[in-house]
Amino acid sequence: MFLKLNEIGDKIAIAASGGKDSTVLAHIMKLLNERYLNRKIFFHWLLQRYDYGLDLFLLSIDEGISGYRDDSLETVKRNQLEYQLPLKILSYKDLYDWSMDDIVKEIGRKNNCTFCGVFRRQALDRGAVMLGVDQIVTGHNADDIAETVLMNILRGDIARLQRCTFIKTKSEETIPRSKPFKYTYEKEIVMYAYFKKLDYFSTECIYSPNAYRGHARVFLKDLEAIRPSTILDIIHSGEAFETSAESNPTNVTVPGVCNRCGYMSSRDLCKACLLLEGLNRGLPKLGIGNTEKLRKKHLDEKEKSIGEYSSSKRTPGNPFIQNFNDLKLGSDLKKPL
Amino acid sequence: MKINLEFSGGLELLFDGLKQTSVVVEDSSLKNLFKKIESELITQNKELFLKDEKLRPGILVLINESDWELEGQYDYQLKDEDTIVLISTLHGG
Repeated sequence: MFLKLNEIGDKIAIAASGGKDSTVLAHIMKLLNERYLNRKIFFHWLLQRYDYGLDLFLLSIDEGISGYRDDSLETVKRNQLEYQLPLKILSYKDLYDWSMDDIVKEIGRKNNCTFCGVFRRQALDRGAVMLGVDQIVTGHNADDIAETVLMNILRGDIARLQRCTFIKTKSEETIPRSKPFKYTYEKEIVMYAYFKKLDYFSTECIYSPNAYRGHARVFLKDLEAIRPSTILDIIHSGEAFETSAESNPTNVTVPGVCNRCGYMSSRDLCKACLLLEGLNRGLPKLGIGNTEKLRKKHLDEKEKSIGEYSSSKRTPGNPFIQNFNDLKLGSDLKKPL
Repeated sequence: MKINLEFSGGLELLFDGLKQTSVVVEDSSLKNLFKKIESELITQNKELFLKDEKLRPGILVLINESDWELEGQYDYQLKDEDTIVLISTLHGG
């Protein structure tokens, strides 16, 4: 693409939820990939610039939310048939032994989005490793990114403020992610889907009225009424933020891996494993909010056993996560014992 | 005169899943059509459609397949057999 997001011959996973953004993204990636592949014979001089030659995959995460994700996955399956792309679906139930329905039953509707977000992030990376892709593309649009910038400002989350505006992640350890629609307005995407008669799923998640993002969204729309360029201006502001290492402690933490699952983590236990530990032990608050105290209280005495049950001594009461390093290309999910 | 209406992108949920319908109006502006929709067609969550007589941000309007921002928005004068498409841009995905 013109921002040089990928290289010729890259294998790319499109994170597909069945919603408007990912459906339009899959459609456009497929369209451009084929259009410029066929042109290569005729336009040699364009080759360097325009030939994509990408190997595309659809990657979906099944959070296990009945009445929502099961229906949207049907949309993804229909799109898979239409676009003829290989599809991989990973479910929370298989990965973590907890579906979102189970989690909400356990912890209620407060904070459930924390679980979902953390689990999805890791699930996508796991899926990408299984597919052997070089990159994940997501359907985040300009409106989404501007909302996220506002939310990070309101929350005072300096570390994410700039990072959330990168079109492509810069971390060395994980599979790169990019947002080809970073500068594409939501309106354009919806219009495109409408006029192209694309089949997308349009119901909001039943567990997330998502009040906080909703406020940012309303505020953003009000701003836009006064100043039409607001969205791109806010993204630009986010990009322009530079923070020094001292004011931004998260930049200087040493990247490592989680003791238990091998996923990239700046602590001994990654966020997903911490949340899971809380769920499995009936202490769902373990990974939420300021976790330092609870972490110390509940994990120090368990620190030894954590090492144990990640290796061989799995008991039925302790479902395990497959180690990240054990994931193989094309490997299917192992079921917990 | 008869106006054709289409709801999509999740907006149909405010109309009990109704995706297409038509209404008969007297000579009127789009603004009055919205008020009519609000008072006669919406079955739930009226506040997600109009607030202070303004359409909620995030709902796209097409007048005969053309963006309403090019057609004078609320002041557009309806003609017989016009098709108005309302699309919600709900979040997610």
